[in-house]
Amino acid sequence: MNYRSETQELIMKKDTMDTPVETNETKKPKKDQEYKIITRNLDVFYGEFQALKNINMKILPYSVTALIGPSGCGKSTYLRVFNRMNDYIDDFRIEGDVIVDRKNIYTEKIEIEQLRKDVGMVFQKPNPFPKTIFENVAYGLRIQGVKDKHFINEKVESSLKQVTLWDEVKDNLKKNALALSGGQQQRLCIARTLAVEPEVILMDEPTSALDPISTGKIEELLFDLKNEYTIVIVTHNMQQAARVSDHTAFFYMGDLIEEGKTTQIFTKPSNKRTENYITGRFG
Amino acid sequence: MKKTKEVVIEKFLLFSALITILTTIGIVLVLAIEAFKFFREVSVFEFLTDTEWTPLFTKKRFGILPLLSGTFLTSIIAIAVALPIGLTIAIFLSEYAPRKFREYIKPSLEMLAAVPTVVYGFFALTVVTPFLQTIIPGMSGFNSLSAGIVMGIMIIPIISSLSEDALRAVPNSLREASYGMGSTRLQTAFKVTVPAASSGIVVSIILAISRAIGETMIVAIAAGQQPRLTMNPLVPVETLTAYIVQVSLGDVPHNSLEYRTIFAAGITLFIFTFILNNISHWIKNKYREKYD
Amino acid sequence: MTSRKNRNNRLKDKIFSVWGIISTLIGLILLVIFIGDIIIEGIHRIDWDFLTGLPSRKPEIAGIFTAMMGTIWVLLLTAMISFPIGVAAGVYLEEYGKKGRLSKLLEINISNLAGVPSIIYGLLGLEIFARIMNLGSSILAGSMTLALLILPIIIVATRESIKAVPSSLKDASFALGATKWQTIYLQVLPASFGGILTGVILALSRAVGEAAPLIVVGALAYVPFAPKTPMDEFSVLPIQIFNWISRPQHGFITNAAAAIIILLVITFAMNGVAIYLRNKWQKKIKW
Repeated sequence: MNYRSETQELIMKKDTMDTPVETNETKKPKKDQEYKIITRNLDVFYGEFQALKNINMKILPYSVTALIGPSGCGKSTYLRVFNRMNDYIDDFRIEGDVIVDRKNIYTEKIEIEQLRKDVGMVFQKPNPFPKTIFENVAYGLRIQGVKDKHFINEKVESSLKQVTLWDEVKDNLKKNALALSGGQQQRLCIARTLAVEPEVILMDEPTSALDPISTGKIEELLFDLKNEYTIVIVTHNMQQAARVSDHTAFFYMGDLIEEGKTTQIFTKPSNKRTENYITGRFG
Repeated sequence: MKKTKEVVIEKFLLFSALITILTTIGIVLVLAIEAFKFFREVSVFEFLTDTEWTPLFTKKRFGILPLLSGTFLTSIIAIAVALPIGLTIAIFLSEYAPRKFREYIKPSLEMLAAVPTVVYGFFALTVVTPFLQTIIPGMSGFNSLSAGIVMGIMIIPIISSLSEDALRAVPNSLREASYGMGSTRLQTAFKVTVPAASSGIVVSIILAISRAIGETMIVAIAAGQQPRLTMNPLVPVETLTAYIVQVSLGDVPHNSLEYRTIFAAGITLFIFTFILNNISHWIKNKYREKYD
Repeated sequence: MTSRKNRNNRLKDKIFSVWGIISTLIGLILLVIFIGDIIIEGIHRIDWDFLTGLPSRKPEIAGIFTAMMGTIWVLLLTAMISFPIGVAAGVYLEEYGKKGRLSKLLEINISNLAGVPSIIYGLLGLEIFARIMNLGSSILAGSMTLALLILPIIIVATRESIKAVPSSLKDASFALGATKWQTIYLQVLPASFGGILTGVILALSRAVGEAAPLIVVGALAYVPFAPKTPMDEFSVLPIQIFNWISRPQHGFITNAAAAIIILLVITFAMNGVAIYLRNKWQKKIKW
């Protein structure tokens, strides 16, 4: 218990240490209530294997936070903690607190379906349902029991517009989503997530299966989306993390090595391993 | 509300799965209870040692041996047909045949197993027996030979298909090692591949035997309905299954000793197939561990 | 010496390869001969009167109408009973009861049931359905018996098809806040439906050809009228064939051959539909 407060202090200290660097930042939240997601002393196990070790981290609303690190470092596991997608893995066990919107999400009281509506997710490989484009976006509403056709139509249209897919598909919404290109499919998956009005969007290497042009489109999208949503993105691509994120956290072998402003992490990392990784010396 | 619905659905799904357990319990209980009533009137010793089975006659004898001998005779003949052919097909398809040929021939062979067994019975009685009678004069119109041969044709796909799977699971490096030393495909097949896949092949043979023992309509039609303790394949015999059919076709009152004889025959049949199936599962599990 | 031995080995190799082709084709050739023989024997007997005729002591006027109706009744009822139970059990095993002693037990039990001879199911149906549940030798009792018989096939087919559904599809559904059952019902089952249907049709085609368990349950060889309700007594094509085969007059052998042609057409048609569905489904869905 002592340890917890120590680490918390450490993080607080780091926040204050960050202050001189962020000269152009005007608003600087300090209270826990102003953070969207807080994890405290988080340990994650798969059976005997410990995938995450004592993670303490806070994520700001209306920003893009990038999780980086070499394969198997625990960044994807960490991402999936926020919408409890790890629950289906055998032997998965978690200790510590994960707080989203001031609610501990690993308690009995949490309704997991509601959590996942609030915390949406976009996956590594585009995974549209083998249904029409329209039905893909409408799916989230339908499972909530929404029957109002007018509302669904509007929601589908606005969601597709948000991801700039509307003009490309508006004439064939009845077409099977699997007929779209990879980049279009991924934007469709983002639209599908937006349609249920989440607060947080988790993205697990969303562009790793896409060509550079499609990647560019999705990165552009992130700039627009962060005005309305809190975005956490896992990426393998250093340039991408540098381009799109406001904050960056570096994971290595289940430890959170370093986190902070992206500009700071990429220009003067305080940890040697972070520096080695972002300069491409390993990973 | 939503939670309750989810729980109710899960309970329904679980119940459906449990029906399979209830089926097994039902089978075991039905056979055991009726057989128990049977053995209150007939001693187990008589059942196992008497050489005559005449429950439907006035002078009743209850020795299961004639039915067992009929069952094993037809099954042995069937395996004698199916094993060499099935195993050859398996080796040929896995070691010799081009991929395209295999892809077309395998589903065609499965057709042999899709033909209803009454149809095979018809073949045995109206085609195979008359043909064999021209070669073997004095052969009876009902006999275990033609029933066994036709049953063998029917179970070829069981042996060929499962054995082929086992052979193809043998790593190619083993074959290449053998070819590298100048072996022919035949030598490689019999000295390397077949021994390496032996457990899978044994499983296929056991399952084929189990299938032959439980087969009903072919033997009921073509092997005759005369319980006889013999190993002569040319005369009429009766199998456990054919006896059950014979009694079921007649008008035997419930709760009579005759009625219970079919359960006594049934439990004997069940025990044999149960043991065979479990041996094959046991070998399969051991074999899986070996390859992982 | 060595070269002669080598030549010898090569010759053996050649001989085996010829023997391999013969073995592979022998079963199929015999099947073709059998079927050819049956067609020659029975095809001329098939006409409208044969299809719509009632059973008779005279082979020339006997028809398969009652047996045909019995087969259709049994087929429909068996499908209605086994389909929901089999799919539900398959879904449970694949999606809910993945771990634990119970599912291990269920799994062993199902593979054991698959190896139980069909006639044993007949004894089960006779005692439980016909006698204890007092259904008598009715279509319902026979169909319930056959449903239990093909349940393992349907369960295994369901599990295989569900296993082939990519987990990314489930992830996407869960991530949108769908419950487990919503995900199964809206994503998993539609995506695996082709495979499940293929398995169900193959299982039913096996049920159509079964005679032994129905004989034991008490289905009759001679039924004067076509059944009208599930509680009626009945006959089916395989039993009618069996009955005709065991008659001495040659006319009945011809009838049996003709009825076999009908039965084979039904069986092969069902297998054909199943294979067609499987291929179509495999082509349609690629992830």
